[in-house]
Amino acid sequence: MGCTCQSTGVNVLKETFNVSRNSDNEFVIALAGNPNVGKSTVFNSLTGLNQHTGNWPGKTVTNAQGYYKHRDKDFILVDIPGTYSLMSNSVEEEVARDFVCFGKPDATVVVTDATCLERNLNLVLQTLEITDKVVVCVNLMDEAKRKKISIDIDGLSKRLGVPAIGTSARNNKGLNDLMETVYKITNKQANTSPLKVKYDDIIEKAIEYLEPYVKGIVGNTINSRWVTLKLLDGDKTLLSSLNDFLGFKLNENEIIISKLKYARKFLVDNGINPDAFRDNVVSSIVHTAENICNHVVKLENKKYNATDRRIDSILTSKLFGIPIMIVLLGLVFWLTITGANYPSEIIARFLFWIEDRLTDFFMWIGSPAWLHGVLVLGIYRTLAWVVSVMLPPMAIFFPLFTLLEDLGYLPRVAFNLDNFFKKACAHGKQALTMCMGFGCNAAGVIGCRIIDSPRERLIAIITNNFVPCNGRFPTLIAISTIFIGSAVSSAYHSLVSTIAMICVIVLGVAMTLLMSRILSKTILKGLPSSFALELPPYRKPQIGRIIVRSILDRTLFVLTRAISVAAPAGLIIWLMANIQVGNMSLLSHGANFLQPFANLIGLDGYILMAFILGLPANEIVVPIIIMSYTATGNILELSSLEELRNLLVSHGWTYLTAVCVMLFSLMHFPCGTTLLTIRKETQSIKWTLISFLVPTITGIVICFIVTQTVRLISLI
Amino acid sequence: MKSKVIPLNLLPIGSAARVKELTADGSTRRRMLDLGLIIDTQVEAMQKSPSGDPTAYQIRGAVIALRSEEASKIFVEEN
Repeated sequence: MGCTCQSTGVNVLKETFNVSRNSDNEFVIALAGNPNVGKSTVFNSLTGLNQHTGNWPGKTVTNAQGYYKHRDKDFILVDIPGTYSLMSNSVEEEVARDFVCFGKPDATVVVTDATCLERNLNLVLQTLEITDKVVVCVNLMDEAKRKKISIDIDGLSKRLGVPAIGTSARNNKGLNDLMETVYKITNKQANTSPLKVKYDDIIEKAIEYLEPYVKGIVGNTINSRWVTLKLLDGDKTLLSSLNDFLGFKLNENEIIISKLKYARKFLVDNGINPDAFRDNVVSSIVHTAENICNHVVKLENKKYNATDRRIDSILTSKLFGIPIMIVLLGLVFWLTITGANYPSEIIARFLFWIEDRLTDFFMWIGSPAWLHGVLVLGIYRTLAWVVSVMLPPMAIFFPLFTLLEDLGYLPRVAFNLDNFFKKACAHGKQALTMCMGFGCNAAGVIGCRIIDSPRERLIAIITNNFVPCNGRFPTLIAISTIFIGSAVSSAYHSLVSTIAMICVIVLGVAMTLLMSRILSKTILKGLPSSFALELPPYRKPQIGRIIVRSILDRTLFVLTRAISVAAPAGLIIWLMANIQVGNMSLLSHGANFLQPFANLIGLDGYILMAFILGLPANEIVVPIIIMSYTATGNILELSSLEELRNLLVSHGWTYLTAVCVMLFSLMHFPCGTTLLTIRKETQSIKWTLISFLVPTITGIVICFIVTQTVRLISLI
Repeated sequence: MKSKVIPLNLLPIGSAARVKELTADGSTRRRMLDLGLIIDTQVEAMQKSPSGDPTAYQIRGAVIALRSEEASKIFVEEN
């Protein structure tokens, strides 16, 4: 039986983990580590741009793979999720554990944080129990040096029985040694004799008794001591992965059942009941780690993190914590919105210049007008619009946001806001995904991966759309300037429209919290799951890397999805505006049909139609409204706000219409890109539909109440 | 002199204590163990969040924020 598993090893790698080798000269290396230890910096430094990200098959956990060459061999580096241990039950930890155990990588590199080695050794020791082909990478040596923490790398290596390499990945220090060591391990030029944690005598006796039977069945396919330990522990998710790997149910084997029963009874008779077993095992591991660190880590300055604490005492203080956070985030949004105008204009000018050339070309080949209309005025123009209005804000917002992330500030935002989210029965990290949503809801939804409890992750995904993204800000700003700012004397214009904007943002945050609470009292019932948030040390940001990674991983990713939605939408918008039935366009028919309903919620048919046709990107809602009112058939923009105001007022807009448009813009269905992302992240049509309905129904109800109240007391 | 055992959420900011007992179970308990919170582990209360909860604790060289619900399931003895 043992043989069948070995022969399927390659397929397991491919089917279960989506890793495929191209030749025998390639080695698969797993990159493990705690969160916040610079694992991704190691990954990026080694693989550069030779990487691709996807998901683990069937899971919404990012699977990043990269390639590098060292000497004559090729290496596939698989970045497994950052975890504190291989024993808990989050999806990330399962993925990490399954890959190290069953993916059979040729070597596993465990990245650790030199400034917090003891805690990190927990994962190292657990990994050593599974495989002996381990290289320990002690990263952030530069930070450790700065904090006057010295680490005896050789001593560490000797005690662990596997190579340890000191690195500081962001300065590219030590990486060559790391690659060389990995090379030697994979090419069997180095021997290891990994330290095995010694457990309580009683547990050791139980292992000693049971292991021979386990070995008799699993042979050498997998470390039998470790499997024995897990059988005694009764770790259900592990046993099911193990059974899949072996191709038979080990824990249903008759010999194992009877021997396991005996071993468990032995444990209980000696005072180790099932609950105490895990505590006992973890304690042994932690004590071993503590003991190693006592020998290899020297703190020259006991107050090594005093600076971090001083910064924290300001950034998370009662008095300044929240105001500083608002100012910082406000600055990010302000830079994004104002900074994006100019590049947006340049890109738009360039793309519309191409549009003119395309038009020339279509004229020259004498194509029929409808073909030019569909391809150039419909599809191309919508695409050009979406790219020019979406690309610059994202290219500014994402690097800024990543900068805050890199500095270590973002976990402090979650720390500051957690109490509000706790009251909403949600997760503190939802504060981060919400902030991300201000930049782009699709990115915010992807960001929800950091929330490890499924219930709270869904809440964060469904409510993400309640904060306005970059695409909706310009609409909100324009309308609040035109209608709300101008309602007061000119001296207070900008003040009042700014206040209106702040109200919108506060309302968005309040709705996020309210809806989160409602969801957790209804369809997503449950108690807040345990919350343990690490506040990592502040670090010097790496500007170059931030720009490259945020543009590649976030900006281009979102833009590609946006383009794939905008192209077909452009076609539909053009057809709706240009196909005449009777003496009216399809668009007008649609608007007339929607009119009675739209009127109830303070809008008109054309506005509602624009929101529907604006599904691919919220940026094109106002251009579609203008197109409908001016009956031009192509989406366009007006050159001044004054012109826009006159157009809107002449089509019956009042300040009630403006308020309802702003409310509906804040609360309606997520854009196409976000919906597509929700579908990918939740792997479920049902939750995508719920994410569509929750904000839409909320928006309709609120607009209805506002409109009817205003009309009832006949303010208009 | 032996000091009394209190839940961690009542440990004053700036004070240090040793873990004596975990009363959490299931996944919360596993998380705590992952963080190295075993018997006799030294814990120091560092800072409260602006709204008073959660609180950041120094645990084995790392700073970890715990909500009061979680912290109340960790019993400590002040040094």
